[in-house]
Amino acid sequence: MSGSSSIVAMKKVVQQLRLEAGINRVKVSQAAADLQQFCLEHAQQDPLLCGMATSTNPFRPQKVCSFL
Amino acid sequence: MGEMEELRKEMENLKDQITAARKTFQDSTLQEAAAGVTVVGRVQLKTRKTLRGHLAKIYAMHWGTDSTLCVSASQDGKLIVWDTITTNKVNAIPLKSSWVMTCAYAPSGNLVACGGLDNMCSIYNLKGKDGNVKVMRELAAHTGYLSCCRFLSDTEIITSSGDCTCVLWDIETGTQKTVFAGHQGDAMSLGVSPDFKYFISGACDFTAKLWDIREAECRQTFGGHESDINAIGFFPNGNAVITGSDDATCKLYDLRADQELLTYQDSSIMCGVTSLAPSKSGRLLLAGHDDFNVNIWDMLKAERVGVLAGHDNRVSCIGVSSDGMACCTGSWDSFLKIWN
Repeated sequence: MSGSSSIVAMKKVVQQLRLEAGINRVKVSQAAADLQQFCLEHAQQDPLLCGMATSTNPFRPQKVCSFL
Repeated sequence: MGEMEELRKEMENLKDQITAARKTFQDSTLQEAAAGVTVVGRVQLKTRKTLRGHLAKIYAMHWGTDSTLCVSASQDGKLIVWDTITTNKVNAIPLKSSWVMTCAYAPSGNLVACGGLDNMCSIYNLKGKDGNVKVMRELAAHTGYLSCCRFLSDTEIITSSGDCTCVLWDIETGTQKTVFAGHQGDAMSLGVSPDFKYFISGACDFTAKLWDIREAECRQTFGGHESDINAIGFFPNGNAVITGSDDATCKLYDLRADQELLTYQDSSIMCGVTSLAPSKSGRLLLAGHDDFNVNIWDMLKAERVGVLAGHDNRVSCIGVSSDGMACCTGSWDSFLKIWN
């Protein structure tokens, strides 16, 4: 019966919302500070951010070798 | 009738409760926290390689974990595994169904997967004994198109589908281990957390959901977008989620604060986001759009710091390699480009 199946569906929605309402949260100030710290701490290991020398770039343009 | 009314009231109460709880933890904003940080200087990446070979629109690409090989899927009915440094095609795999929408590379490098309008996820073994690449498994059970897939290992893969569900599969037996139901619209994209314990999904119900893989439940739901979410990814430390939507914006949601921290938008950007990838440190957000471009954002300052313009059609997929050395874009113009 469509009536009882929509009640079953609704009960699931309510149950899920209860779960989501009850989670532990952290203050935005803390979360934001941690995100920022992660970015700054790893900045030097981020080649797209810092750029890289041609010699260390695996995708550098291939030099053409010629036989002398 | 009475019970339904009570349940509806409880649903509204809980929704208000969640909104209120999020507000109490909103003691600041990411803007305020990052006020002292200088915006990243203009980011200008160059096309280093163009991968030519597909004969039709490219719909998806995924880097292998070695940061050298990648797999791409095109509606020319082929999966191609590329060596991005030499631009050689390592494998060109013909597909049963050309209507492919997603592909994935297993972390081990042994398997690739793809799927699309055939509603199936097909697993291919790249390291078969006789050197031929064959279908190893066809994972069939979804009642809608396969929008995305990501391997957890050689034995498990997660898929998202137009049937609104995501599924965790046992590849060896070809069966569903867990069905993750809850989205009210097509699930369009998924991302796995760095520790492989969670995954996130973005859907046409405008929400993103965080799922606990082993507990088999949805932990958190994030709203705010005004249209379909097409792309989703984890911030590199696993504590935040980035989404890209048809509403032309990207959003950053923090998992621990359980709320949206920033929206990346500009009045000059009017085309939907099709794909996204963070750089290795998370500082840069690269987002592919319908207008043929990739916008590069300073993720902390929400300012656009660069554009990758090089494709002659929609950018459909993007990925940053694990070592962070390069970004790969795939387009409806049939080419993939490697940038850094």
